[in-house]
Amino acid sequence: MRQHLPSFSRLAGLSLVTAAAALLGGCSKLIIFSPAGDVAQQQGDLVVASVVLMLIIIIPVMALTVFFAWKYRASNKDARYEPEWDHSTQLELVIWAAPLLIIICLGALTWVSSHLLDPYRPLSRTAPGQAVAADVKPLEVQVVALDWKWLFIYPEQGIATVNEFAAPMNRPVVFRITGSSVMNSFYIPAMAGQIYAMPGMETKLHAVFNKPGKFVGFSANYSGAGFSDMRFAADSMTDAQFDAWVAKAKASKDTMDRKTYLQVEKPSEKVPAHLYTLSDPDLFDAIVNMCVEPGKMCMHEQMAIDQRGGMGVAGLKNSDQLFYDKTAARGTGKPADWNQKISALCIDPKQANMPGDRPESSPVAIDRLNGLGLTHKDDAAASHASSSALLSASAGNVPAPTRSNP
Amino acid sequence: MAPQSALPYSPIFGRLSLEAIPYHEPILVGTFCAVALGGIAVLGLITKFRLWGYLWKEWFTTVDHKRIGIMYMVLGLIMFLRGFADALMMRTQQALAVGGSEGFLPAHHYDQVFTAHGVIMIFFVAMPFITGFMNYVVPLQIGARDVSFPFLNNFSFWMTTAGAVLCMASLFIGEFAQTGWLAYPPLSGLAYSPNVGVDYYIWCLQIAGVGTTLSGINLIVTILKMRAPGMGLMKMPVFTWTSLCANILIVASFPVLTAVLALLSLDRYVHTDFFTNDFGGNAMMYVNLIWIWGHPEVYILILPLFGAFSEITATFSGKRLFGYTSMVYATVCITILSYVVWLHHFFTMGSGASVNSFFGITTMVISIPTGAKLFNWLFTMYRGRIRFELPMMWTVAFMLTFTIGGMTGVMLAIPPADFVLHNSLFLIAHFHNVIIGGVLFGSFAAINFWWPKAFGFKLDKFWGKVSFWCWVPGFWLTFTPLYILGFMGVTRRMRVFDDTGLHPLLIISLIGALTIACGIGAMLVQFAVSIWKRDELREESGDPWDARTLEWATSSPPPAYNFAFTPKVHSLDSWYEIKSRHVARPTEGFKAIHMPKNTGTGIILAGFSLVTGFALVWHIWWLAIVGFVAIVAGAIYHTFNYKRDFYIPVEEVEATEAERTRQLAAIAAGA
Amino acid sequence: MSTTTIPEGNAQADFYDLHEHEHPEGHSTMLGFWIYLMSDCLIFAILFACYAVLGGNYAAGPGPHDLFELPLIALNTAMLLFSSITYGFAMLAMQRDKVAQMQIWLAITGMFGLAFLSIELYEFSHLIHIGATPQRSAFLSSFFTLVGTHGLHVTFGSIWLVTLMVQVARKGLIQANKRRLMCLSLFWHFLDVIWIGVFTFVYLMGMLR
Repeated sequence: MRQHLPSFSRLAGLSLVTAAAALLGGCSKLIIFSPAGDVAQQQGDLVVASVVLMLIIIIPVMALTVFFAWKYRASNKDARYEPEWDHSTQLELVIWAAPLLIIICLGALTWVSSHLLDPYRPLSRTAPGQAVAADVKPLEVQVVALDWKWLFIYPEQGIATVNEFAAPMNRPVVFRITGSSVMNSFYIPAMAGQIYAMPGMETKLHAVFNKPGKFVGFSANYSGAGFSDMRFAADSMTDAQFDAWVAKAKASKDTMDRKTYLQVEKPSEKVPAHLYTLSDPDLFDAIVNMCVEPGKMCMHEQMAIDQRGGMGVAGLKNSDQLFYDKTAARGTGKPADWNQKISALCIDPKQANMPGDRPESSPVAIDRLNGLGLTHKDDAAASHASSSALLSASAGNVPAPTRSNP
Repeated sequence: MAPQSALPYSPIFGRLSLEAIPYHEPILVGTFCAVALGGIAVLGLITKFRLWGYLWKEWFTTVDHKRIGIMYMVLGLIMFLRGFADALMMRTQQALAVGGSEGFLPAHHYDQVFTAHGVIMIFFVAMPFITGFMNYVVPLQIGARDVSFPFLNNFSFWMTTAGAVLCMASLFIGEFAQTGWLAYPPLSGLAYSPNVGVDYYIWCLQIAGVGTTLSGINLIVTILKMRAPGMGLMKMPVFTWTSLCANILIVASFPVLTAVLALLSLDRYVHTDFFTNDFGGNAMMYVNLIWIWGHPEVYILILPLFGAFSEITATFSGKRLFGYTSMVYATVCITILSYVVWLHHFFTMGSGASVNSFFGITTMVISIPTGAKLFNWLFTMYRGRIRFELPMMWTVAFMLTFTIGGMTGVMLAIPPADFVLHNSLFLIAHFHNVIIGGVLFGSFAAINFWWPKAFGFKLDKFWGKVSFWCWVPGFWLTFTPLYILGFMGVTRRMRVFDDTGLHPLLIISLIGALTIACGIGAMLVQFAVSIWKRDELREESGDPWDARTLEWATSSPPPAYNFAFTPKVHSLDSWYEIKSRHVARPTEGFKAIHMPKNTGTGIILAGFSLVTGFALVWHIWWLAIVGFVAIVAGAIYHTFNYKRDFYIPVEEVEATEAERTRQLAAIAAGA
Repeated sequence: MSTTTIPEGNAQADFYDLHEHEHPEGHSTMLGFWIYLMSDCLIFAILFACYAVLGGNYAAGPGPHDLFELPLIALNTAMLLFSSITYGFAMLAMQRDKVAQMQIWLAITGMFGLAFLSIELYEFSHLIHIGATPQRSAFLSSFFTLVGTHGLHVTFGSIWLVTLMVQVARKGLIQANKRRLMCLSLFWHFLDVIWIGVFTFVYLMGMLR
């Protein structure tokens, strides 16, 4: 399906694009139909293919509407008039069957293309006819949507950038995407379709550039006051250029670590591009798990604890570690102070159960409460393994670390 | 429950202070002056002509479904002007703010404008319009004298109005939400929207939502229980059928909205963790739930107008409706399918290929019954004698416009295609294409169609045509550029643009919006001129279009009791049968008619709700408690009133009907 | 294809209902109220769905095991079930037009309702007292909201019950009052059904988690 469609639809697409381009004259180009990446190209082709399929029925309907409206106008007394005619089984069959057939075709196209172009699926080709060799490791780029700019982390290269993304041509790229506060959508039209960037969750996108050029990427989901300027340069380069770019970043005297991140994370608008060397390779994981700030419990730890049935009544005391929302960061005031009140109210945990209760159940080691995983590096390995397995299992397709119930 | 926002708090006024009045924003001050002057003028005129008593007795407290229907239309029209002003501001801002310019709206204002535009157009324009039509037409079409629960009907209207008033209050007191019309958390949560905007959003929708749900229940029961003798389900006019389905959708989806907004408000008011980033909340659940309401909602809006188009096409083609049965089944299919497509609004959330394609395919499947409906209208025109009166013109414009909108909708239903078009101006163009092309064109068709029934005179055709010829090309001029901009990868809700290449298209779009403004102006002129020249346009037969269903069997406007004798129904086109067989209208043997009594409870309870909502927005807790207790107490007090009905004396019925007999005789003599 | 069995001719009586019987007042109230209950049911459905999704998110806090007291909840369930039975007795008395008997049964129903609410409030206050507040975790948020919404319904049902008792005392068992009592009966039993769901889904299955 995928082999035939583009060729047939690209032809139609080309005519559509040229028509539109002629119409527009000097306007910007229709990036959807002439992108610089194979994934976006296939998605654009799909748009055209679906239009062509639907025009099979849309054009007759519109033509008939105009024709009937003209032919059967009241002043045309020559036209046949059958006021009592209101049913025809054959016609009914046609008017249900024709759309049905088109939808069957479109449905098949949808099923196949949804799976082939699933953003979570590693690329099988970088361009038509160019399969990805089994040993090619995609370039990993970690993307964080911040208020209101983008952070890119290149773990392999050991660099990080703000509002500037670059990738070598024809090498598959895998984006691991998250956000710091609210929902955004990560979108480089020249490269591939978008996917949401959500706090505390990781989404994935596989894509590739095929042509060199300077493009733009941006957030495609409204996220607050600075949203319009939440744009970044997206450059497609040769390998040599990319190496030079990496070297330039490597030479940056600014390093990206947790402290810098917490600074950068604060809301700001129209932020110019900036390059950093990366000093903390675990930064992205900490961001996804919302525990960059010291003393915060990581999401995967929290989920692992919840998986084991929570932390019991004793866990009522650890709420400070669980405040992630950056109320202070956005300048919107302190978070609610009810938790202090509650802790003040909180009485002897021995009384914590209801009268006539069984003795306190499921004892939990309180010492594991504090920064489990990240503060104690050695300990982390063990718990990390189990909980990140959990995380990746849920992130595989459903980007929800908030675990689903059994 | 300590106040959380940056706003100062006082026990008496809550978060409300003089700071809340946006006197430093010239646009708002100007608007306020205009509204205040206009308002004072209107109130002054009402006082001068001593209309308060009349309005209160005959309109505000009325339980007559026809008057309530008209009030819904007035509400929708007023809010339409507000919503359109927002639209013009957005188009202007985008046309100005290109290539370094900041335009004329700062983010704080612009973000409120696009949120308010969406909320108002859906909840306070489209919903009142369709509820107005259903209220006015359904009881007449099924040969009933009123709806099942007339008091509830009045209450529903006033709750909708209270919601609208609360929404409008945000313009001059405080601010509206800056979140987009569905207020996705975490952005709409307390952490990122600490001020009153989202609270206004929540409470105006909650209050209006109560009205909508109750009105839905009311109309379902009316249609199921109050049909004229002989009118089986498969003899119901199509408009009644589509209304039934739309109301079933209302009752089955608005509670979801109520629940999800309640959860959001709990997050905001008592700091629960449903949709927060903290403490195990899950914002994706909000997105799912709100669309479980949101998708049926668009069918709630379009279905009744599909019904109106069916009536109009059959009437002006002078033919029976083609394929009535398949029309009904198509409606029912759409109703059911509209529940299994919600995920197509967020394919980009990463649900996985199989889930995405399932929802993509169900979405496409909806286009089959919708397509069938289109064909049915087409073949109703086939071998007809089509009179191009205004309603029919709008219908043909709808058929051409909506087809394109449907096509672009199916494009968006293919997940990988959606990845490149989601949240773009293409999406904006698509849903305006179906909502303007379907719901608004439908409303204009229906207004022109049923106006003579409601007021006894036709609408002026010249100004109607001016409006039509501004609207339809204006629509395409506005939204074709947006389609193209979508292909350029331009996102919605942008306030400023770097790329000067986009400028020409944005300007064309603004010109389109101005053309639409002319269309709206022409429509207002059309109403004014028609009222001015009402004697010339007078239509006394009660059946100006030679129509087919029962609402045309009575006088225009109909008497309070609609029908002195309930018609007996034998086929779909009952009035057509009665007309074509020259069945004599009964002129004697009248009886006193049992009718519901007017009541002021509805408006009073809605007033309390408005006060409660306002108090909750501003955290004025004492007032909220007082208001809520007043609502409960008022409702209980109302139940102690057992005398809710009266009889229209037989003499009055006889006099009214005798007048009608003279009227018809005069027409017959004139002809 | 609309079936046409139109009578021949144009006799007026075939097309107009000349000897109409008026609809009795409130003839469609029960249907309307039933549809309202279904819409209410949908609200509960959403709250149940939220609990299903969020019920495991303890945010490193306590889970159902640590908080729920089955004997207490069983007692509470019994209160509500008894109140449904006594409401049933009240309705039987109403059918036989025994006003005093009915009022007594209604009063007993109200007592059971109040007992249910008191136990629920006790449970809530206890949880809040130890710090297991609705704010502590998404699990607790959805738990308090689901159970609390049911409790609010019972509260309003009780207010309604008292109102109806007053109205019956003033007007007797007239048709309108009977209809209202029938509506409240539907409402009360509906809340019972919802509670069965809450008890099973939240409490029993919570203990099994």
